[in-house]
Order: sequence, then structure tokens, then C-alpha cells
Amino acid sequence: MELARLWRSKKQRYTLQGEVCPNCQAKIFPPRDVCPVCKEEARTEFTFSGRGRVVAFTTVTQPPHGYEGQAPYVVALIELEEGPRLTAQLTDLGQEEPYIGMPVEMVTRKLRAVEGKRGILVYGYKFRPRLPWR
Amino acid sequence: MREVWIVGIGATPVREHWDRSLRDLAWEAMEKALNEAAGLRPQALFVGNMFGPLLSRQAHLATLLADYAGLAGIEAITVEAASASGAAALRQAYLAVASGALDTALVVGVEKMTDKVGTEVEWAMSTLLDADYEAEPGLTPAAQAAWLMQLYRERYDAPEDAFMPFALLAHQHGVGNPYAMFRRAIGEKHYRGASVVSPPLTIFDMAPYADGAAAVFLAARDLLPPQLPQRPVRIAGSAAATDTLALHDRQDPLTFKAARASFARALQQASIAREDVDFFEPFDLFAVYVPLTLEAVGFAAPGTAWKDARHRFGLDGHLPILTLGGQKARGFPGAASGVYQVVEAVWQLRGQAGDNQIPQARRGVVQALGGPASTAFTHVLVAASPDAAT
Repeated sequence: MELARLWRSKKQRYTLQGEVCPNCQAKIFPPRDVCPVCKEEARTEFTFSGRGRVVAFTTVTQPPHGYEGQAPYVVALIELEEGPRLTAQLTDLGQEEPYIGMPVEMVTRKLRAVEGKRGILVYGYKFRPRLPWR
Repeated sequence: MREVWIVGIGATPVREHWDRSLRDLAWEAMEKALNEAAGLRPQALFVGNMFGPLLSRQAHLATLLADYAGLAGIEAITVEAASASGAAALRQAYLAVASGALDTALVVGVEKMTDKVGTEVEWAMSTLLDADYEAEPGLTPAAQAAWLMQLYRERYDAPEDAFMPFALLAHQHGVGNPYAMFRRAIGEKHYRGASVVSPPLTIFDMAPYADGAAAVFLAARDLLPPQLPQRPVRIAGSAAATDTLALHDRQDPLTFKAARASFARALQQASIAREDVDFFEPFDLFAVYVPLTLEAVGFAAPGTAWKDARHRFGLDGHLPILTLGGQKARGFPGAASGVYQVVEAVWQLRGQAGDNQIPQARRGVVQALGGPASTAFTHVLVAASPDAAT
């Protein structure tokens, strides 16, 4: 059962909670406690705005087990406006084609369903084209 | 550090071996390597494997294989470093023999990719990524490679078919490898018509998943028997390096830093320069890894490795690569791949590479990558001069 593993990362998946380095001010996502820039200890919590842009993207047509029902889906390398990059699906694209540099924002969506009689739904971040009034 | 020599090699054909198990494949490769070692017995077994527990429900593989091979009693461990596991096992064996802790060691890389099919295999491949932050959002290694292709073309203004030469070279060279899964050359028309996996990546931009096992027998120099049936090959350099596991954590995803670092250290240890390398075996699990590697280690300037690549890197070229088909044409038997690369390099250095033989090949470099160079293992192999083994 993956419940504990998923529960541990819920602050990251639901609210993009990372860290800020008290030494060099680098913003860190996901949290890693050792600043990747200056290697000092970094345990100060920091919540990201959820705004970013698309750096690279593709469509998954041969999905891993657990993601069959979603394929084809778009998965992107996203740079947050505070600096760090992360991996996330793009959603709510409608007729829009993703492009490099596309402004996007974080939304909470169902990521997948863990199988079983008492199966759980995994929620987390996806990114959608940034709405014009945001 | 003592000199370490390869005194025996063995491998199975790379196929979808539906009728054969992990132990069965591994034993075929181990037996061939033992038979070449002129009566030497291994003091330890180092197994490279990544998917035994996930796809075949088998952990503790090294003990199983030692037992199955009639070697029960010796030390045996499994080494895992994603798709570089076989090379990682070789390096652990090398370190043990070079340090003097062991005099002999047997290395076997083995993988059964076909004990599961379809999305189960893709799921296993996804465990090689950062589970919480890459795999959970639905990324696959193929999709990650598609990003790299897009980023490369964007930055260097490279054409759509920039990665084609590496697939064509691999398939051309696979024709001469009796163990290769695919032994037919492909043309530009085949490449351009291939079905898309994750755009722009097609099935010709990635190696096919397959089963196989490859083995290498190592011995310290003092133990080399006077009458070896095959010319021994010296491991003149061995080095490993890591980068971030997740691609999104890298400042520049197009710089394969671990590939560069392990290559530089291995060549330095071997006291050879890049110009002294007679052939190079990069890790083409995905075609885009090849130009990124060639550029990282300095065989090409950034953004240029694809240009005129079929001439520069063909068997008659300045630097032959993927000389027996690479992962693309030989097939990708997971963790075994890193040991197949070494077996193929030994064929070249013994003069046993048949139609693919590189004339007067003396120094070969092989490099296995775990993920997109999240880990890189580089080995420098040097042919024995005719009197070296005596």
C-alpha cells in the first residue's frame, strides 16, 4: 500500500511547499534540506506562487501502469517564477497547443487512482494555461 | 592498485526469450566466461540487475545465480545503478581485484524485460526516475528523452532529423553482430516513417526492451595463466560519477556532467588522451543521449555532434561508435547492457569483431548511463600486446 508514501508528500503535491535557503535565499522545490546552490542547511518552509512557464513538453502515448486511462497526456518541464523547475502534467488545454515559454499556473487535480477494493485517489499539482486575469 | 585483466567473456543473444528465465540466461553467459578463463575459479560474483524484484519477483539474485552455477559458498552481491547496473557491477569487481581484496571475480549482467508486458514494463522503467516528483506526475524515461530532443533542437537550431544518424549507424553496425536483436540496416525512409512514442521521439529514437545476459571474468595480473585460450584485455581505467537524479533539478539538462566527469577520470587513470581512443561505445538507450554524450566528453563541440555524424562516427570514421549496434540494434537488456558493451569492446580488442572489426583497435572506451546520465560509468579497455600476458 502506498498510502504512507503519498501522505508524506501531500504538502508538496497540494500546495507546492518547498524551502528557502536562509543563507543564499535560493528557493528550493521539492524540499531537500541541503541547499543545492550553496550546500548550507535549508529547512525554512516556503510556499511557491504556482506561476511558471513551459520549458519543454511532450505527450505520453505509452503510459506506465496506473496511467492507462489518462493517455495520451501532456507532461511538461516547468520553470516556476521563483526559479526551481519541476515535472507536471499540463491540463485544461482545450484547443490550445502547448509551446515553449507558455505561461502556466498550478491547479489541483486527480493524478491517478490507486487500485484495490479500498483504492485511494491521488491528488496533486497539474498546470494549466495561465488565465488572462491572473 | 593492481592491474586487472579480462580473461573471459560470454553473452547470450539478445532476444525476447519467453522460454528462458533469469537464472538460465545468466548461467549461459557465466559458463562461457568461465570456459575462457583456463581453470581459474571466481572468488566472488557481482551481479548487475535492476528489475528482478519488479518484473520477475526475484530479489537476492546474486545468491541464486551463484548457487545455480555451482559456485555456492563464494561471496555474491547484486549491484543496482539503473540502466548502468551491469557497468556498476563491473566496477565493484574491478575495485575488489585492483585493491588486492580479491584475486578473481566474475561479473554478470542479466535482465528479463519480458516477464511482464506493456504498461507494467513502462511502470518498471519509471521507477528509475524520481518516484515522488517525476514518476508520480506521469513522466516516463521516453518522455524525458523527448524533452531533451526538443531542448536540443531549440537551443542549437538543429533540424528535425538531427538524431537520425545515430539510429542509422546503430542499425548498420548491428548487421555484423550475431547476438543483436535487429540485424537489418534501416534507411532514412524507415526512420521518418516510424511510429511516435512521445513526440518528437519515435520507436527509432529508443532502444527496444529485450532479455539477455553478459558476463566478464576478471583476474589480477599475477594470476594470468600462461596458456589463455583468448588474448586478455586490460582494464586501464574505471570511473563513475553522479548528477542529480531528477532531470528537472539540473541547471542545464543538455550538459551530461556525469558523463563528462567519469570519462575524464577514466582516461586520466589510463594515462591516455581523447585522441588515443580507437573506438567509443556511448549509451544509446535513447538516440539523443549519443550527441549529448559526445559533446559532454569533448568528441564534438556543443550542438554539433549530429553534423556529418554517419561519416565521422561510422566504422571507417575518425571515431567509430556503437561498433556492434549499440543498445538500439543489439537491443536493450536492461542492466545487462553495460556488460554487453564491454563484451563487444573485448571482441574489437581481440580482433574478433568480424565484418565490424576496427583495424588495429588497441584502446576502446565504453560508457554506461543510469538514466539521462544521472549516473555514468566509464571503462577504458586496452588490448594486450602480444607478449603482455606472459
